[in-house]
Amino acid sequence: MSLIARHLEENGIPSVVIAAARDIVEHCGVARMLFVDFPLGNPCGEPGNTAMQRRIIDMALNVLEAADAPRTIVEAGIQWRGGDDWKKLVFTQEQPFLSQEAEQKWTEGKETYRQLRSDGKV
Amino acid sequence: MTYVKYIERTRDYYLSQGYDQSYQWAHFDDVPFTTLKKPLAQSRITLISTGEIAIRFDPDSEDDRMEKTQVGNIYSIPSAIDPDRLYSHSYAYDRFATNLDDLNSFFPVTRLHEAVEAGRLGGMAARLHSGHYTYSQRKTLERDAPEVLKRCREDGVDIAVLVQI
Repeated sequence: MSLIARHLEENGIPSVVIAAARDIVEHCGVARMLFVDFPLGNPCGEPGNTAMQRRIIDMALNVLEAADAPRTIVEAGIQWRGGDDWKKLVFTQEQPFLSQEAEQKWTEGKETYRQLRSDGKV
Repeated sequence: MTYVKYIERTRDYYLSQGYDQSYQWAHFDDVPFTTLKKPLAQSRITLISTGEIAIRFDPDSEDDRMEKTQVGNIYSIPSAIDPDRLYSHSYAYDRFATNLDDLNSFFPVTRLHEAVEAGRLGGMAARLHSGHYTYSQRKTLERDAPEVLKRCREDGVDIAVLVQI
């Protein structure tokens, strides 16, 4: 995602990234980011909360307009409805991020990629 | 509470699961920046997502538009499509904390149409874009990002909103 944003910027198209995983986008480095401190999956607002989603889009457009230098990060400053407990649990043994089925798909994907790489296809 | 440091958290998690090598996240010292060329109200916008956005279709009477438009990991979605036909089959989200039941919580196509109608934006590009996951940063840089740029240029895109799921 960040790599695509950077490529657009390099070629004259201004961009804004709406992200929940701030550190990953920041580590890569993008022109503009609206950081929404929500669980992965809903960076554009809580499901069913149209008013909040409008606010977040409006903020993202403001970032596009107002930023005058790269690495501009604006925090949306909105609290997740269920509090912050999800932050303690994400990617822990207690709450593995992926379901068993998804984990298997992920591992298979990784193996396929390894195979393609060893065959020189990627 | 401060925000989650996913790079540290995922590294620790996968090390604890017996993986000995952690993923090397992309990192650059220089960051490109382009200033807006015209006001938002005159700018055409597109939406780009890594969220595995999919189109429901009837295989008996319709083409799979995603497959038809796919180059590398990138495929396009007509912006005029009925949003009710869109969903995500991504599994890269926090399934304990939330869900992907509301398209506009991760692919805000309706919210952007509203901003166009309200005059905040000049217009929507004909195509929006999504991609399948890839581990290869090289393929993203050399193939997928140029493909997105090509499509944006063909559609006369002025500005882009990108959403990480």
